[in-house]
Amino acid sequence: MFPRPIEKSGPGTRVAYQAFLPVALILWLLPLLAIFLTSIRSAQDINSGNVFGWPSQFKLLENYTAVFTQSEAAQYMLNSVLITVPTVAISVALACLAGYALAIYRFRVAVPLFFLFVAGNFIPFQILMVPVRDMSVQTGLYDTIAGQFLFHAAFQTGFCTLFMRNFIKALPFDLVESARIEGVAEWKIFWYVVLPLVRPAIAALAVLIFTFVWNDFFWANVLTQGESAKPITAGVRALNGQFVNNWHLVSAASLLAAVPPVFMFFLMQRHFIAGLTLGAVK
Amino acid sequence: MTDISQRTNENPSWLKRNKLAIAPWIFLVPALIFFAIYVVIPIFESLWLSLYEWNGLYTADGQSTATWVGFQNYVKLWDDPNFWVSLRNNLAWLILYMLAVPAGLMIALFLNQTVTGMRFYKSMFFFPFVISQVVVGLIFGWFYNPDFGVVGTIWKWAFCEETVNILGNATFKCARPVPDILSSPEWATYGIIFAGLWPQVAYCMILYLTGLNNVAADQIEAARLDGAKGWKMLWFVVIPQLRPATFIAVVVTVIGALRSFDMIAIMTQGGPFGSTNVLAHYMFEVAISEYGERYGYGSAVASVLFAIMLVYISYFLWRMYQDEKDSR
Repeated sequence: MFPRPIEKSGPGTRVAYQAFLPVALILWLLPLLAIFLTSIRSAQDINSGNVFGWPSQFKLLENYTAVFTQSEAAQYMLNSVLITVPTVAISVALACLAGYALAIYRFRVAVPLFFLFVAGNFIPFQILMVPVRDMSVQTGLYDTIAGQFLFHAAFQTGFCTLFMRNFIKALPFDLVESARIEGVAEWKIFWYVVLPLVRPAIAALAVLIFTFVWNDFFWANVLTQGESAKPITAGVRALNGQFVNNWHLVSAASLLAAVPPVFMFFLMQRHFIAGLTLGAVK
Repeated sequence: MTDISQRTNENPSWLKRNKLAIAPWIFLVPALIFFAIYVVIPIFESLWLSLYEWNGLYTADGQSTATWVGFQNYVKLWDDPNFWVSLRNNLAWLILYMLAVPAGLMIALFLNQTVTGMRFYKSMFFFPFVISQVVVGLIFGWFYNPDFGVVGTIWKWAFCEETVNILGNATFKCARPVPDILSSPEWATYGIIFAGLWPQVAYCMILYLTGLNNVAADQIEAARLDGAKGWKMLWFVVIPQLRPATFIAVVVTVIGALRSFDMIAIMTQGGPFGSTNVLAHYMFEVAISEYGERYGYGSAVASVLFAIMLVYISYFLWRMYQDEKDSR
C-alpha cells in the first residue's frame, strides 16, 4: 500500500493525521458549509452583513418553506423527476440490448459501431444544439418534458452502451456458448443468462445517468422556455433572478436542487464510483 | 416421414440458419435508431448548416429560409474578436483545468489510509462532484461577492475599517478596494476556472483512490526493500502503475474543460464584455440571443469546437483500439 499505512508510523503522526482529517474536510467543503449556514439565516443577518459569523436566528424551516411557497420550485422539482426517471429507464434498457449485441456477437462492424457510441458520448453538446432544437420545434416536442427525456435518453445511450458492452465482454463467454449448445433461443440467453448477471452494471448506470441528467443545465435552456417543463437546475437560475439579494432563499433553493443526486450517491456509492471510472479502472 | 424430418433438419429456414448474423441487429436497432436521430445525424446537419445563414424560421409552406453562404461564416469568425477571446479562454480552461489531475492525486494519496471513518471522509471529499455545476456556480458567485460574500468579508476583516454613522449604517474604509473578481475582465475567467476545479479535483481524486487500491503491494514492498521511499517511490513505482487512472482522469478533464458552459452561464454569462466567454457559451449566445437567432454562425462556432474535441476523441478511440487488439 502506498503511502505507508499510518498505523506503522509513530503514535504522534497517527494522532496528528486523525486530528488534521476533519480540518481538511471542513476547508474542502467550506463553500458548501458557508452556503448551508446562509440558507438558515434570517434576512436581517444578510442585510446587516453577518454572513460568515454565527446566525443570529435559525430560520431553517422558514427559509426552505419560503422557497416552495414563493416560487415554482415544487413544479421544477417534479419536472426534474419526470425528465430524469424515463431517461434512466430508456437509456439503460437500450444499452443492455446494444451492449449485449456488441459484446457477444462477432460481426464485422461490431467495433466501428461500438466506437460510434463511444465517440458520440464525448462530443460537445453545441454541435447538436441547433438541429435538435429545430427538430423539437418541428415535432411539437419543444418546451415539453418528453422532448427533454427523449433527447437525454438518446444521448446517454452512448455512455451506457460503452459501459454495458465492456461489462458484458468481461463475463465468461462459456455461459452463452453452453446455452447455445443446449439450443436456447438468442433472446432467451439475453433475458435469462446475461441480464441477471449485469444487474450491478444496471445499478451503476442508473445512479450515474440520474445524476448527469438531473444536473443538466444546457439542454434545459435549449429545449424549454416556460415554467411548465423547466427542470430544477434552470429553475434555480430563474429563482436567482427572482430573489435578488435574498441570498438565504437562493442558497436554500440551490441546496434543495442538490439533494436528490446527493441522496442517490450516498445510497449507491459503490455502484456510482464503479461507473465513473468508465469500467477501465477496476 | 423420416425423410421429410431429416430434410428440415438439414435445411432449416433461412432465419434459423442465419440466426447468429441477424440477432445482433435486432438487439442493436432500437439504440441505433435513437442514437442516429438525436446524435449522429445532427452532427452532420450542424456541419452543413454552418455553410448557411439562417434565423431558424420557415416560410408558410414549411420551407427553410436558410441561404447558402459557403465558408463565409468561417471567414467572419476569423475577424470576430469575441471568437478569439473565447478560443483563448478555452485554452486557459484546458491548461488550468489540468491542475485537477495532480491535485486529485495529492488528495487521494492523503486519504489512502485505513483509519476509522475513512469511508466517510472519502465520500465527503467526493461530494462537490455530485452536486450540479449550476449550484457550484451559485455557491462561488456568492463566495466571490465583494459586498457580502466570503471573499469580501475576509478582505474587509483584513484591510478595512468599519465606521458606523449616526443612522446605524455601517460603511467601510478600505486600505485597498475589495476585489470584485467576477466583474474584472482580467480575473473573472480565472475565478470561474478555480470554481470549476473544485468538482473536477474531486472526480480525479476518486479515480486515483480506485487506482491506488490496485497498486501491486509486492512491487511496493520490493521497492521499499531496495530503499525507495517518498517522492522516488511515488514517481518511479506508484505513478507508472496508476497509468489507467491517469488516462481516464486526463480524458474526463479535457472533455470537462471544453464542455464548460454551466458555470459561465451562471456566474458571468460570458461577461464582463465577453471576457469570460468560451466557445461552448459563445455558440449558445450567438445562436439563441435576444437579437434574433443566428443558427448558421452558431453552427460554425460549434463546428470549430467539435473539430478541437475530435482530436481528443480520436486519441481516445485510438488508445481503445490498441487495447481491443491486445485483448484478442
